[in-house]
Amino acid sequence: MAKHAGNDNIKKHAVYVYSEDQLGYKFSDTHPFNQKRLTLTTDLLRKMNALSDGDIVPPRIATDEELYLAHDARYIDMVKKASKGLVTASQTESFGIGTDDTPIFPNMHEASARLVGGTLTAVEYVMENKASHALNLGGGLHHGFRGRASGFCVYNDSSVAIKYIQDKYNARVLYIDTDAHHGDGVQWSFYEDPNVCTISIHETGRYLFPGTGNVSERGSGQGYGTSFNLPIDAFTEDDSFLELYTTAFREIAAFFKPDVIISQNGADAHYFDPLTHLYGTMKIYKEIPKLAHQLAHEFCDGKWIAVGGGGYDIWRVVPRAWSLLWMEMNDMELPQDSLPSEWLEQWEKESPVPLIPTWMDPDNLYEAIPRKAEITEKNKQVLDKALYSIRNN
Amino acid sequence: MIVEQMMNKNVLTFLPSNTIKEAITLLRENKIRHIPIVNEQGKVVGVVTDRDIKEATPSNLTDGQNHELLETPLEEIMTKNPVIGHPLDFVEEVATIFYDQQIGCLPIISGGKLVGIVTETDLLYKYIELTGAHQPGSQIEVRVPNKAGILFEVSKVFHDHHANVLSVLVYPDLQHESNKILVFRVHTMNPLEIIEDIRKEGFDVLWPNMPGMTT
Repeated sequence: MAKHAGNDNIKKHAVYVYSEDQLGYKFSDTHPFNQKRLTLTTDLLRKMNALSDGDIVPPRIATDEELYLAHDARYIDMVKKASKGLVTASQTESFGIGTDDTPIFPNMHEASARLVGGTLTAVEYVMENKASHALNLGGGLHHGFRGRASGFCVYNDSSVAIKYIQDKYNARVLYIDTDAHHGDGVQWSFYEDPNVCTISIHETGRYLFPGTGNVSERGSGQGYGTSFNLPIDAFTEDDSFLELYTTAFREIAAFFKPDVIISQNGADAHYFDPLTHLYGTMKIYKEIPKLAHQLAHEFCDGKWIAVGGGGYDIWRVVPRAWSLLWMEMNDMELPQDSLPSEWLEQWEKESPVPLIPTWMDPDNLYEAIPRKAEITEKNKQVLDKALYSIRNN
Repeated sequence: MIVEQMMNKNVLTFLPSNTIKEAITLLRENKIRHIPIVNEQGKVVGVVTDRDIKEATPSNLTDGQNHELLETPLEEIMTKNPVIGHPLDFVEEVATIFYDQQIGCLPIISGGKLVGIVTETDLLYKYIELTGAHQPGSQIEVRVPNKAGILFEVSKVFHDHHANVLSVLVYPDLQHESNKILVFRVHTMNPLEIIEDIRKEGFDVLWPNMPGMTT
């Protein structure tokens, strides 16, 4: 597990973008989006001896010019005013802030710009060959729109980062989003751009926000054929999820031939997640980064930037899922057995639910799904429809 | 909503003397399926659809092109005196006309002149918009007793949560005639508290039951 010591002249294997300032992105004590996930994950990795001071780089704050790459100036001005308490919720509502989903909080602009800056820091490490891979768990705010906040997201770090990569490094970007919600903000940002390919696998809009992300959304104009959507049914389990993810990601990477991969790693497709209705277990969080890692080496000379995303069971799911991501990124052997007892002892007092003491979930986590065969069959049909255009070329 | 708010105002038209060949090109280049046929005075005298053309031309499995046939004027194959609509028609009414008459497009006429066109596809998209499905939101279905004042009681919960409702549909419950199903699309990513409060009011929120949430 030993990696290069904190010597900037040597290319690092991977960097972990993190500082406690990232916890400043906080709506309220009761809001489901809770960055305490970052503390729990970082602590778990440290107690595994999988993360050292030399791996960590602090995020910078994105400048206004950088935010303009993917956001309207009027919107940014409004966030800044709200941030300082200069406007009321009724004035900001049309910008999607001051709502129940995305309430106004002090220094909202700075906190949001720092999450974007973190992803830009990750981009710079990878694109300037200072590291092969980089992880910013504070990022992944995929619902942010050009002129409007949506679904807990103020600024869209991935959209800004992809534009930044295009402007500064002129590279083709493949964005893969495994959050249980459709990656709408990023998709619409590059819907007409043939040099950015977006893939989103998510629960269908039948019962879940945001409701978009149908198979038929394939891009438009020049960008037609470079947006891919895999909407999967509620109650989808590991095997069907992984069948779609693996097949689609592999075939699309071979078709698009990216220079760099950005993966969004929302951890809310798990059975325990309170907001969604998918039935994933820790198995998918072991496999998701493995394939991203592999394809980054196969197609992009290793260039892989990973960001966080959703994940609302912050005790039982997110710390384990995101730790597996970092360990995969560092070629560490993935642990199978128990979590470090120091970590369990430290946090079980605070956790409102009993912690899962092992890396993988126990068997029989939930009762068998009655319509499993039909759900699997339907998802398979979605996969074939999504890939139809590239299979017939 | 009225037709004027949704109709396509840039209508491509032909004269009765234009040919099948010209029509094929126009349909193909503009990715459209209907051409209103207008006389010199601007009056709609017919409609030509891609199906009319298919019926009038030989199968592409047969050898060679019948060039003479392609020069046939459209007035010979057009549907004469087509069903027409007015800019002030209700969209709901127009939808019924499409269904009853089994037509694919409706030329919209005002002052004796063609001012727009509505197609089946436009209408279907308008209905998708009415369900709110093109905007980010969460869908919540509630089974309620079929009596007056219920919508108010349920929507009060949305008001209390300061949640923006994108659309509401009301439809009959096929299993229980004494009930109705309300379908809301709400502009929120986290509907859990809303669902809990609707249940507290005594209404039945339909599948899915949130895993890990007591109901």
